[in-house]
Amino acid sequence: MDRRDFLKTVGAVGVGIAAADASASTAVHAPPDAFGVLVDTTACIGCRKCEWACNQVNELPVQPLEEFEDKAVFAAMRRPDAGNFTVVNQWPRQEHEGNVWAKVQCLHCNDPACASACLVSALEKQPNGAVKYDPWRCMGCRYCMVACPFQIPAYQYADALSPEVRKCTFCVERISAGERPGCVEICPVECLIYGKREELLSLAHERIGAYPDRYLDHVYGEHEVGGTSWLYIAGQPFPSLGFPELGEQSPARITENIQHGIFRRFIAPVALYATLAQVMWLGSRKDEVAAAAHKAEQHGEEHHE
Amino acid sequence: MSSHVHAAPIRMRFFTRGTWVLVALMAVGFCFAAVRFTKGIGAVTNLDNQWPWGIWIAIDIACGVALAAGGFTTAALAHVFHREKFEPIVRPALITAMLGYTVVVIGLLADLGRYYNVWHPMVPSMWSGHSVLFEVGICVMFYLTVLYIEFLPMVTERFRGRVALPGALRPLNGFVEGLLRLFDRTLGRIMSVFIIAGVVLSCMHQSSLGALMVIAPYKMHPLWWTQVLPLLFLLSAFCVGPCMVIFESILASRAFGRRPEMEVLGPLSKILPVLLFFFISTKAMDLAVRGQLYRLADGSWQSVVFLVEMGFGFVLPFLMFFSARVRRSPRLLFTAATLVIFGVAMNRIDVFLVAFRPVYATKHYFPHVGELAITTGLIAFLIFAYRFVVLNFPVMHVEDAASQRGEGVPHA
Repeated sequence: MDRRDFLKTVGAVGVGIAAADASASTAVHAPPDAFGVLVDTTACIGCRKCEWACNQVNELPVQPLEEFEDKAVFAAMRRPDAGNFTVVNQWPRQEHEGNVWAKVQCLHCNDPACASACLVSALEKQPNGAVKYDPWRCMGCRYCMVACPFQIPAYQYADALSPEVRKCTFCVERISAGERPGCVEICPVECLIYGKREELLSLAHERIGAYPDRYLDHVYGEHEVGGTSWLYIAGQPFPSLGFPELGEQSPARITENIQHGIFRRFIAPVALYATLAQVMWLGSRKDEVAAAAHKAEQHGEEHHE
Repeated sequence: MSSHVHAAPIRMRFFTRGTWVLVALMAVGFCFAAVRFTKGIGAVTNLDNQWPWGIWIAIDIACGVALAAGGFTTAALAHVFHREKFEPIVRPALITAMLGYTVVVIGLLADLGRYYNVWHPMVPSMWSGHSVLFEVGICVMFYLTVLYIEFLPMVTERFRGRVALPGALRPLNGFVEGLLRLFDRTLGRIMSVFIIAGVVLSCMHQSSLGALMVIAPYKMHPLWWTQVLPLLFLLSAFCVGPCMVIFESILASRAFGRRPEMEVLGPLSKILPVLLFFFISTKAMDLAVRGQLYRLADGSWQSVVFLVEMGFGFVLPFLMFFSARVRRSPRLLFTAATLVIFGVAMNRIDVFLVAFRPVYATKHYFPHVGELAITTGLIAFLIFAYRFVVLNFPVMHVEDAASQRGEGVPHA
């Protein structure tokens, strides 16, 4: 009705948001049967066969094997794009001569920010571990690209009719049929190991324990942004291989806590509605009372005369 | 509810030199839109995999929604909090909001890669309550509907008692007339439901719009990234609502050769120091709590942008609105309101573009000429449509003898 009511309303919304922040974050864990891939960057020889296999399996534009024998591409860091779901980058090896290679693709987060962002559930984490994209649902808003902390989803900007968000599919058809992903299948040095995520984690820690000189005691993807299906081990810090340094909480937990805090059982919006309705009703009653009093007053005056 | 507003269509020629400029801008925008829909988003934008969102999101949508906040703030003031003296500005603000959100949706269609799937969030099997964007989308959709419902009384008022269908349709005149009357009466009874819904929906999506970028903590500059972004967006929407009303009202009075409605705008501007205080103090406290205050002095270009946004867009007008001289002078009031609009628009652009830092950035984003042309065309369309509506529907307050004597106020 007046300033104080107005402030109360503002306050109510503020409290809603504060409550959202305070509510405990419900951690989302990897699906129990999720598959994953362990990438041992110390084994990679930078042959780019995985890139070629990926393009074959996913029917991507660049096909001939010769294209992938070109080592000149290593001069600049590359990123996956709409026509290449995986790329191998070369990095200087620390404390030794030579180079290290690291394959880049979607890490298939346990609690994917892209899927949390998507307003039509076009991206969803599958029980087998893959974060799967459904172009038929997609509106093309590209919020998933904003949300991804690894900058993975790419877009078909040149397509006017049915552009898609493009990224590694984790060869979801192949793994559903019991096969290994295309890149893992072809890797000649067993740098890529496919299996249950839990088993791969044990394997990673086993290797680190067995060869402490060879590996850094860090499995990238074990905890990063809530854990990822793809895991990496390396002999040097991950930022030196182009990996971002990330916290243990998925960004999805932050926004979903705010969102669910404000909209928990629609209490806040309904309360706001009820408050405003009451303020409105009380105000109009006051007007009526004032009008009635005014009338009575006039009446009284008339009577007096 | 609104039967006591003395409003009438403005009588003047629709096409002036200014109107033709708008038409030209719309035509240019339309050409680029034609390219966008035949050659793809890539042909007319500088967007790429690093920069998925550009000015179509930051200006067309984020600024559009924020600057349309005049609609719900005045509706709340005049109808919910019964400040009847603000009644004359409710309709122009409502029209701005209605047309503003319409333009937001058109802009969205240009930005969506699969614009023909824009209805998908309404399909229950695709609902995703965890998505902030879902909440924004649903609220904007409902709010746009509410705005058109709130516009209906102006339509019935325009045609009631004036229904004159031509030729063979003439026998229907009485029927249509009766329908309009029934419509009008029903609407008048239930309008409160929609007015409050409009305010609630606005509070919901104005804040959720701020929550959008919270999901990208690793890609955002820490001066802008905070979990209280939703609250900051809501508070700044409260600030910019009345400022847009002041801005438009003074501009419209000039464009339509009327006297500025200072007796309404002056009192309206009295609430702005309070609203601005809440925004500024929340922002300062947030920086302090997160331990980021030192960044204001780090000399980076982002810190300069931040200081310009806060200093000129919020602190300066905050101080100005305290002065009675400012509140009485159309020119100074206009300046102060424009500063807040600048501040809020800059804030939205900062949050969506300036603060955004791709993980593997190889370039800066700057809008393509096509993006600028389509955005300019949309703004031109907004002004064009506004002119059309106020020249054809009872939107603008009419000063007549009755309203000057203070009669005809509440008999709703």
